[in-house]
Amino acid sequence: MGDAFAPSPSKIARFALLCALATLFVLPFLWMVGTSLTPPGEVIKADRPFFPRTFAWSNYSEALTTMPFHLFLKNTLTVAVLCAIGQTLTAASVAFAFARLKFPGREPLFVLVLSTMMLPPQVTMIPQFILFSIPGWVDSLKPLIIPAFFGGGAFYIFILRQFFLTIPKELEEAARLDGCNTFQVFLHVALPSARPALATVALFSFIFHWNDFLGPQIYTQSMEKKTLAVGLSAFKDMHGTEHHLLMAASVAVLLPVIVIFFFTQRYFTEGVVMSGVKG
Amino acid sequence: MTGREKREAWEALGFLSPWIIGFVVFTAGPILASLVMSFYRWDPTDFDHPVSFMGLKNYAELARDETLHKSLVNTILYAAMYIPASICVALAMAMLMNQKLPGMRLFRTIFYLPTLTQGVATFVLWQVAYDDERGPINRFLRFFIAHPPDWLNDPAFAKLAIVIMNLWSVGGMMLIFLAGLQNIPRQLYEAAEIDGASERGKFFNITLPMLSPTLFLNMIMATIGAFQVFAAAFILTSGGPARSTLFYAYYLYNRAFVYFNMGYASAMAWLLFLIILILTGAQIRYSRRWVHYG
Repeated sequence: MGDAFAPSPSKIARFALLCALATLFVLPFLWMVGTSLTPPGEVIKADRPFFPRTFAWSNYSEALTTMPFHLFLKNTLTVAVLCAIGQTLTAASVAFAFARLKFPGREPLFVLVLSTMMLPPQVTMIPQFILFSIPGWVDSLKPLIIPAFFGGGAFYIFILRQFFLTIPKELEEAARLDGCNTFQVFLHVALPSARPALATVALFSFIFHWNDFLGPQIYTQSMEKKTLAVGLSAFKDMHGTEHHLLMAASVAVLLPVIVIFFFTQRYFTEGVVMSGVKG
Repeated sequence: MTGREKREAWEALGFLSPWIIGFVVFTAGPILASLVMSFYRWDPTDFDHPVSFMGLKNYAELARDETLHKSLVNTILYAAMYIPASICVALAMAMLMNQKLPGMRLFRTIFYLPTLTQGVATFVLWQVAYDDERGPINRFLRFFIAHPPDWLNDPAFAKLAIVIMNLWSVGGMMLIFLAGLQNIPRQLYEAAEIDGASERGKFFNITLPMLSPTLFLNMIMATIGAFQVFAAAFILTSGGPARSTLFYAYYLYNRAFVYFNMGYASAMAWLLFLIILILTGAQIRYSRRWVHYG
């Protein structure tokens, strides 16, 4: 560990390279914030500074009130929170069966679950649209939420199954000796010990639905039903040249994701790593 | 089966039931429905004759549709740039990250953030950044060249602009590579160093073979992703200029949900499905020659 005190030239070079790369990665965000605070009169100038000298905070109130962003936020939160709950709970239930219960056809069925990851959504989205139009649910949030309560998606099932596999058999047997049935084992042994994995899945699901564009673009038409992603797209169509307003609205849409990430990042990085070390 | 085994199987069925219902209603059913619809003219906005049987005419139209060919070529060109570029950048960054240096957690955070935030907001950000006159990219490039490309308004550069933007979001892939690198036993490198192996030799004889399963996984995921690219082009370029970013999934969306030719779009979806199956199948087949599972 002595080399921490006497860094080699190659280590210094690598560190410098990492710093340069990190700066390059952060620059778009910084420039976005700078533009969002640039006064409208200045933003049209091609030689304006990277960061404005005076901050035009009013850009934010102007951007967020010309369209009903408070409704977009409400819709996005409704979809993202309900989907996170639905996907986490049902993926946990399915993953529990694959990890802890024996039943005929378990392995081929799990392969079937995983193979749905390869299915392009384009194949199912058209019949799904027709299906949801039968009860008149197009232009509502229902088609975006309801599927989340049925299986939770192969990726999340995979992550939770990996986690449930690591629960020691003795823990389960002790619970059974205390008179727990299978459902109680799931509720009182499996779920509590999988808390970090459940958090990972819930966070991934929340962020995915926060960012999702294709689904809301297909199903929401009226302004009051739009989510932030499609609302921002509509806002861009109307204010395409007003860069300060575009950037203010975009920062407002990104900020919650960034804040959530800073407080919960270990769940994300662990989740990505879990998905990478298959089998 | 004993009584106990039978009971456990029934219990498993209970735990699996959300997925089974979801699979039948939202996956298997729609897959079959999509196949059936691909043999029909299915235009819900045509109130007089919304549905009529077409036989194989939709598929014959796929072969003739010049816009479809254009969108397929666009997608293949995009994939041919994005897949190797993203793999190389992500792997290079992961190798740079695979060491004990101060601030690693912060680097991780910074590199992963654009992956996590990827969506309409970051696409809008890049659209503004690519602006020829006011955008920071060309303002910077003008220090070196007099006439940098007008990225989003030049058919020769629009695809590249989307590739570059998406390279900003390789952080997820990088983390997967990093995990793969950290699983390679250190002893392999130490033994090679005793034998006097060069950095180059270590990379090609240890790192790449040991990393091949991870590389394979990332290639499959990048391929599937590249053939579904849609939102980025929708926001940045609306498929233009001169249809140069009208990708396959975008054209499919237009036919299904703008023109409501849902039968034809279903045939398109099946062609996409077939292409992805063939590509991943070929990658899996070919992988036996170069992927080493430890």
